Amino acid sequence: MAAITEHISKQFEADLDTTRTRVLQMGGLVEAQILTAIDAFGSGDAALISQVIENERRVNGYEVAIDGACNHIVVKRQPAASDLRLIMGISKFVTDLERIGDEAEKIARMAKAIHEHGGNHAQRFPGVRHAGQIAVRMLRAGLDAFARLDAAGAAEVVKEDTAIDREFTSVLRQLITYMMEDPRTITPALEIVWVAKAIERIGDHAKNLAEQVIYIVKGTDVRHTSFADIQREVARE
Amino acid sequence: MSAASSVASILEARAGAGAQSAPKAEARSLSFFYGDFRALNDINVVVHEHRVTALIGPSGCGKSTFLRCFNRMHDLYPGNRYEGEIRLYPDDTNLLDPNVDPIEVRMRLSMVFQKPNPFPKSIFENVAYGLRVRGERSRRALSDKVEDALRGAALWEEVKNRLHDLAFNLSGGQQQRLCIARALATDPEILLFDEPTSALDPIATASIEELITDLKRKVTILIVTHNMQQAARVSDYTAYMYLGELIEFGRTDELFIKPRNKQTEDYITGRFG
Repeated sequence: MAAITEHISKQFEADLDTTRTRVLQMGGLVEAQILTAIDAFGSGDAALISQVIENERRVNGYEVAIDGACNHIVVKRQPAASDLRLIMGISKFVTDLERIGDEAEKIARMAKAIHEHGGNHAQRFPGVRHAGQIAVRMLRAGLDAFARLDAAGAAEVVKEDTAIDREFTSVLRQLITYMMEDPRTITPALEIVWVAKAIERIGDHAKNLAEQVIYIVKGTDVRHTSFADIQREVARE
Repeated sequence: MSAASSVASILEARAGAGAQSAPKAEARSLSFFYGDFRALNDINVVVHEHRVTALIGPSGCGKSTFLRCFNRMHDLYPGNRYEGEIRLYPDDTNLLDPNVDPIEVRMRLSMVFQKPNPFPKSIFENVAYGLRVRGERSRRALSDKVEDALRGAALWEEVKNRLHDLAFNLSGGQQQRLCIARALATDPEILLFDEPTSALDPIATASIEELITDLKRKVTILIVTHNMQQAARVSDYTAYMYLGELIEFGRTDELFIKPRNKQTEDYITGRFG
């Protein structure tokens, strides 16, 4: 989206700005939640775990507040064109952010359970941490694309989702071998599966965020289309 | 097929606004001059049959001027000049041809104005007026036609027992529907609305909008409106005009969600400076 002229209504402009800023704040919080949860998965640190669980309430609060602000703007301004797409996009965007928050909480709760078994199982699967790093990178890039209304940047995020999926499959294979070698590891291994699955879901949600950015910028709904279609859409003037 | 176009086709099917609609009228290289002032510049646009086409744009953009070309209203003032054509289909008549009788044009393309302007006559006579001009003498035929037109304008039930009351005794919204009935009485092919609800309250506005949606089954509608939400609600196609130029023309839901032109975008989002 090229240079954006300001609205005649300064109040409208301010309302949109505030909402955009809140989305980015929420995104920052959610990003911190995943990082903390993945740390907790590695270390089992009880303080980190309770921090994630505690902060989940704040994530939910953001979701409700931002959705309310979107309703408010729709009622007061009847937004059209790029404003309409921004509001509709944000409304879906925050749903995905909130879900990512839920997954982070899930990872933290699993971390607690895994470390309660003892035996240092988590450290044996560096692939989980690696997938987590990709997920965080995707989220960060998605938020960045949202902040800069950068459709090309958003398309890159969509592409990266396959890397997480690959990592997930690989972790799953290792876990199966691990369980077969020693059936006593089944319980912690299943918990690690849940963590890996949560990270894989974060990747899916980050991809959804990126697709919303493309909708906001380009006006085309690219959900459920191929990556080639997305690239074509993003390249289109 | 891109995702957007598949969604658009679903919406279109649901709205009953199937893509295949014959052109009913077409402006070709239409320019218009008030004396030396060029108010319209080379407008090309197709008006689709049984669809509502909305004309939007800031004051002075030429949308009313454009609408008035269709029923040759500008002929009433000296010094006005048309260039180009407005073709009416299926007979392919050029409405602007000096040999075409403007009175006949106005029977085929009726206008409804911003403020209700009933004649100082009874409800019945208001609606019968155009028919009498056309030479209809039969009482029977007149009263049948008047009833049809009043029903068409969703006014019949409210006035059937007082057809001979003065039209001025009706409420604003009723008067506007009476003007629509008067426009319908001559069986026009196109109805031209020039901001038909700007003098009405929200309830009367809603009933006129409802009526417009019903009427498109029978006629083709061209509407000028300052209210963009109204354009979004009632129209199938929207034309955005600025300084006498047609900036963008397209399907209404596309134009309001994803306009192609930056100027259109700025106008409909309230960024117009």
